[in-house]
Amino acid sequence: MDREKARRRVGHESIETRHLRERGELFQALKSLDRRSFMKVSAAAFGAAAAQGLLPPHSFQPVSVAHAASPTGTPDTPKFTFAYISDSHLYDRNLNDRFVNQLMRAVDDINAMDPQPDFVLYGGDLAQLGKPVELELGAQILKNIKAPRRMMVGEHDWYFDMGEKWRELFGEPRYSFDHKGVHFVVLNSVIEKDFWTERKMTALERMMTVAGLDNGIQSRFTVGDEQREWLKKDLEKVGKDVPLIVFSHSPLYKLYKAWNFWTDDAEQVQAILGKYKDVTVIHGHTHQLLTNRIGNISFHGMLSTAWPWPYAPEGMPKLTIQMGRPDPFNPHDGIGDGSVQVHADGLVDKIYNLWNRNPVTVTRQYLASNGAKDKPAAPLLASY
Amino acid sequence: MPFQQQESQLTPWLASAATVTVPQGVSPAYWGIVVPEGNPGNGAQVALGRKLYFEPRLSKDHSVACATCHDVSRGFNDHRGRAEGVGDQIGHRNAPTTLNAAFYSTQFWDGRAPTLEDQAKLPITNPIEMGMPNGDAAVAAIADDPEYKKGFQDAYGRAPNFDDLGRAIASFERTLIFLSSPFDRFAQGDANAISADARAGWALFNGRARCGGCHQMSSSNPIGTDNRFHNIGVSARHQDFEQLANKGLQALAQGKSRESIDRLAIETDLSELGRFVVTEDRADIGAFKTSQVRNVGVTAPYMHDGSLPTLWDVIDHYNKGGEANPYLDGGIEPLNLTEAEVDQLVAFLFSLTDDRLAAQNEGEKARQGALAKTQRPFRDTALASRKVFPFEARLQGGK
Repeated sequence: MDREKARRRVGHESIETRHLRERGELFQALKSLDRRSFMKVSAAAFGAAAAQGLLPPHSFQPVSVAHAASPTGTPDTPKFTFAYISDSHLYDRNLNDRFVNQLMRAVDDINAMDPQPDFVLYGGDLAQLGKPVELELGAQILKNIKAPRRMMVGEHDWYFDMGEKWRELFGEPRYSFDHKGVHFVVLNSVIEKDFWTERKMTALERMMTVAGLDNGIQSRFTVGDEQREWLKKDLEKVGKDVPLIVFSHSPLYKLYKAWNFWTDDAEQVQAILGKYKDVTVIHGHTHQLLTNRIGNISFHGMLSTAWPWPYAPEGMPKLTIQMGRPDPFNPHDGIGDGSVQVHADGLVDKIYNLWNRNPVTVTRQYLASNGAKDKPAAPLLASY
Repeated sequence: MPFQQQESQLTPWLASAATVTVPQGVSPAYWGIVVPEGNPGNGAQVALGRKLYFEPRLSKDHSVACATCHDVSRGFNDHRGRAEGVGDQIGHRNAPTTLNAAFYSTQFWDGRAPTLEDQAKLPITNPIEMGMPNGDAAVAAIADDPEYKKGFQDAYGRAPNFDDLGRAIASFERTLIFLSSPFDRFAQGDANAISADARAGWALFNGRARCGGCHQMSSSNPIGTDNRFHNIGVSARHQDFEQLANKGLQALAQGKSRESIDRLAIETDLSELGRFVVTEDRADIGAFKTSQVRNVGVTAPYMHDGSLPTLWDVIDHYNKGGEANPYLDGGIEPLNLTEAEVDQLVAFLFSLTDDRLAAQNEGEKARQGALAKTQRPFRDTALASRKVFPFEARLQGGK
């Protein structure tokens, strides 16, 4: 009704005009202050702007803002940034080219980042039904990424041929590497117990079963005994105060079993990770803004480039600011890509680059304060 | 057409519309939202607005009025690709019709003006449209004219001023409601009010051709726009959006006043960024307002840059899934319409023209039809039938 009233007031500045004017004034003011007063004055105003997601993460970031203050008022240049693309669910090009175009848009987005990210993580579910033609198409598109690329596997990539094609294209699905003082681990978290041999399923039937929701036939995702042992061993050589960033396709906690927003041996994995000082888990699979913290472990979901999932009816982590119901008439709403800014202390700011909305940043201060500080702005409309 | 002739053509059409009143077939509640509280549009206000609409003294060299580009005899636009202002300068945007413009939630192709009142003033001060240095200069050009002195006094009880000038023009435009077409009689139950082809076109419009996704037609949305902004790829034919967007942001960093955004939109290549120049949101790169479909038969050429000469070209453009670009709206996809179906859609679109413009409509139908027989530059059946995918050419880089 307020909009209506605004429309009725002739010559009245529109909400949008006012918003742009205020933002312009803020940035103008920030520019003209000397450094000391800048720190003092900008903290509050800047925090408000950041909380509204008004600081775009990509090349369009105004130069005067790029090295500005964080909400806590300290200089806040990340040590490094990496980007992500996830959950593209490609079909054969003859069946669906919308998802193809959306993945290509994400690649364009990441290639437009200035400065370029140190690397790009692909978060899994490149294919819809794990078929060679789908994975090959995806591999071809991902070759257009300018920055170095890291791959993670999802269940949609795996259960047609049990990862044969994926490994041929991208190598082993679990590995670790060190980058600028951070230890990174990439897991295959979508290992299921054999439910198919006994039922005499074909490869496609097996794949379709795993791809389904709300079915009791498939088992739950796990990291598995063997991989947990590997993880323990991998981490033995890593100092306890070295920041850890773990990539898993499924969230490494238990959110909603019926949709497999779930990792069955999550507690055991958390126990291994819990010994380290700063741990961040970045996961795909859930296609939505999702934030959680368990002990010292922060969890962030990734956006899909294909479609947004609704939120689970139960088990939602309390730190999650839900992204609000995507517009059913806009196929680009609720999807996108994003980036992660890794800071000197090893903690991260997670940026959701929603294509149809302002970007949302979930800061390390928000997680460290258990939601007390620096809360991301909630969308105007509720989730359901 | 000379302004005097335009006025005499207009007179019989608006005989009963001397004040802003609820148009026939429009719900009074909805109309209440359309008309702002502070500007009801009484007889004196509409009369003043009408006089101003045809007033060339509002331009720098007294050569251009609203009615130059929004010509009564040309469907209230100018039948040019891009509008021409003072000193024969050509802008970057097509002049949209003023018919039914009252129903839009925002004005201009990029929605940079929230109201008609606001919109009416900007072309007057744009350097290549009417070229006045500022609003005061425009007011000064007419303020000594006794007719205007009386007109403003009668309408608003004060001396001529720029804001009232915008209000008056807006009120006049709210009498330009042209919603009485063969299609409306069809919608009211007269099945034979439109041809069989047009009826088939209406079914396609709401169905397989996917038009209704953005051009919804209903009693609370009589002109067929969702009032949103979509990238359908029109400017992707000749733009590198990424580069242009960065250029746009640099330009906006120099200033974001209404006037400076107006100039970017009309005078520079940044015009092609569309809504992005207003919101600076990447989702809006190359996105333009969903145009109304009312009277579309008499408002050629089409799109924000007037780049499509006929309605056949418009359907060809949509049939092949627009022009591929990274920001293409997610709802745009190849339609695989046959030639017969393209003709049916065009027949439907010509049935949306108000009866008062029926003669113009017939003329346009013949003219566009003849043109479409000799050239269909935007037709691409390979893309439309998904034999070729636009992304494949772009993919080569990854090979």
